[in-house]
Amino acid sequence: MRDATTTNSDVKDAFISIRNVTKSFGDFVAVDDVSLDIPKGELFAILGGSGCGKTTLLRMLAGFESPSSGRIEIDNVDVTHQPAYERPVNMMFQSYAVFPHMDVEKNIAYGLVKDRVSKTAIAKRVDEMLELVQLGDFRKRMPGQLSGGQRQRVALGRALIKSPKVLLLDEPLAALDKKLRERTQFELMNIQYELGITFVVVTHDQEEAMTLSSRIAVMDEGRFRQVGTPKEIYEFPSNRFVADFIGTINTFAGKVTDIGDDTISVYCDEIGASLSALGRHPVEIGQSVDIAVRPEKIFIGKSEPEDAIHARLKGVVDDLGYLGNRSLYHIKLEGGRIVQVSSQNRRRSANRFLEWDDDVWISWRPRSAVVLVD
Amino acid sequence: MRRNSRFIISTLAFGYAFLYIPLVLVVVYSFNDSRIATVWGGFSTRWYGELLRNEQVLDAAYLSLRIAFTSATFATILGTMAGLALARFSRFRGRTLFTGMITSPMVMPEVITGLSLLLFFVTLQQLTGWPGQRGFSTITIAHITFSMAYVAVIVQSRLSGMDESLEEAAMDLGGRPLRVVFDITLPLIAPAMVAGWLLAFTLSLDDLVIASFVSGPGSSTLPMYIFSKVKLGVSPDINALATLIIAFISAGVFVAWFVIRRRA
Repeated sequence: MRDATTTNSDVKDAFISIRNVTKSFGDFVAVDDVSLDIPKGELFAILGGSGCGKTTLLRMLAGFESPSSGRIEIDNVDVTHQPAYERPVNMMFQSYAVFPHMDVEKNIAYGLVKDRVSKTAIAKRVDEMLELVQLGDFRKRMPGQLSGGQRQRVALGRALIKSPKVLLLDEPLAALDKKLRERTQFELMNIQYELGITFVVVTHDQEEAMTLSSRIAVMDEGRFRQVGTPKEIYEFPSNRFVADFIGTINTFAGKVTDIGDDTISVYCDEIGASLSALGRHPVEIGQSVDIAVRPEKIFIGKSEPEDAIHARLKGVVDDLGYLGNRSLYHIKLEGGRIVQVSSQNRRRSANRFLEWDDDVWISWRPRSAVVLVD
Repeated sequence: MRRNSRFIISTLAFGYAFLYIPLVLVVVYSFNDSRIATVWGGFSTRWYGELLRNEQVLDAAYLSLRIAFTSATFATILGTMAGLALARFSRFRGRTLFTGMITSPMVMPEVITGLSLLLFFVTLQQLTGWPGQRGFSTITIAHITFSMAYVAVIVQSRLSGMDESLEEAAMDLGGRPLRVVFDITLPLIAPAMVAGWLLAFTLSLDDLVIASFVSGPGSSTLPMYIFSKVKLGVSPDINALATLIIAFISAGVFVAWFVIRRRA
């Protein structure tokens, strides 16, 4: 928690700089003393459940809300109290907010018309945008005649026409069906790469955040719980909340018995065994911690693994599910504890020999597990 | 599809008969040659001619239209502002009370509204000397008071169904708040405003009770004129007048319907 918020606000050449920003509505603190630096050209995601404060933070970046305290700088200009219409920031709304009484062309041109740009310059820029979002054939259509995906493109073109320094995207993929999501996701990444504009995406969908962004801030109750690359956040969650929020994870509570060079040994009462895991946080002997391991990091087999460096546990198959590319197992340990295991189906019938109530061994390398302190 | 049963057809016929036979009677008798309104004496358009030579009727009709037009316009402006405020004002204690209060003229008995307005005008006159004479201005003000509530409610319901991020998007793209109202909000609530104006116009043309309270000598609106004439017995030229009004309103309804259909 401590290192999650401090170390990541020291990014060099911060383009967006959020300093100790707090926003409260009456007694409710929506955003609680948040600091964050985002470098130029990054595709940054703010990830969190509903009511975590991510939307409020986004609206403060856009200028629809102003912070109760703290500072927001964009490109070294203090924009904390600048209204939305003066900020070099544009937003793509979750509802797309395409103006229903204007055709595609007029929607996209709106930002420039407000800036009193010459007609020919506007026309040229609109053509560029129409090409970028591939809506050239639809320029005279009204929004009512467009599909959801096309409306989103209008919203994107409209938000990009002023070449903003920052583009804010509020749940950009939430309203699209699965196939379209995947396509749009890559298109957004390409556009971001081509234009070099800094993107800030707000989403509740971890998959969206993981695939889209170069860095993620996981937010809960108005604070960042971890800021890092998708890989860091998935492989090395820095606390229980993040571990639990991103993907599935098995956790075992226990007490520290030994501290090695980079691994920590923990005795878990619940399963009556000693486990070791990678420790990235300073701990003391006797401290209560969790050992956490992802289902796909666990090996499963009928015979006892021979490798002595493995953590290994004995159990029975309590439940299993075949998902095509992989199988999911619920293994009941001797103490009654259920552990989730996910196994790739590399060969056509590799793991099909496992059936309900089979005795199995599960094991993992200590470096595949992490120690969670808070 | 199922064939319509005889029961359904006769229900329909009765329903429409109930609604339209009185109106049809008025139209038919407006072409009656006889001086006695309820006895058929052959076809004639003479009452239309007489109506057009009747200065009193023309004055009353002109006054009514002027009042309706002015009051509908002002009611639309004020009602739109009230509707905007009601829909966009952030939550505060007692908001529901205020929302309810604006609709009170809709449920208040007209006699009460009329009486209170009369008292108000009389007091105002004693204090400031205005209005010296009750007539066009007092009736117009009275009509604005109750019809703006209708406009406010229509505009508010349209706004509450509208995505607020539309306005935010316009502001995000550089539109200053006042510009955004004209670029986005007003065009989107225009249908509600037109509907509100038409409603206010008809309500004003319709009104007899409130106008009777707040009008002065020599300023009779059309409904007041018709009502006072009918008290002396139904004369055939009133039938002709009623027919013209029916034609006028039907045309208005068709135009409104056509405009709305083309928008959609």
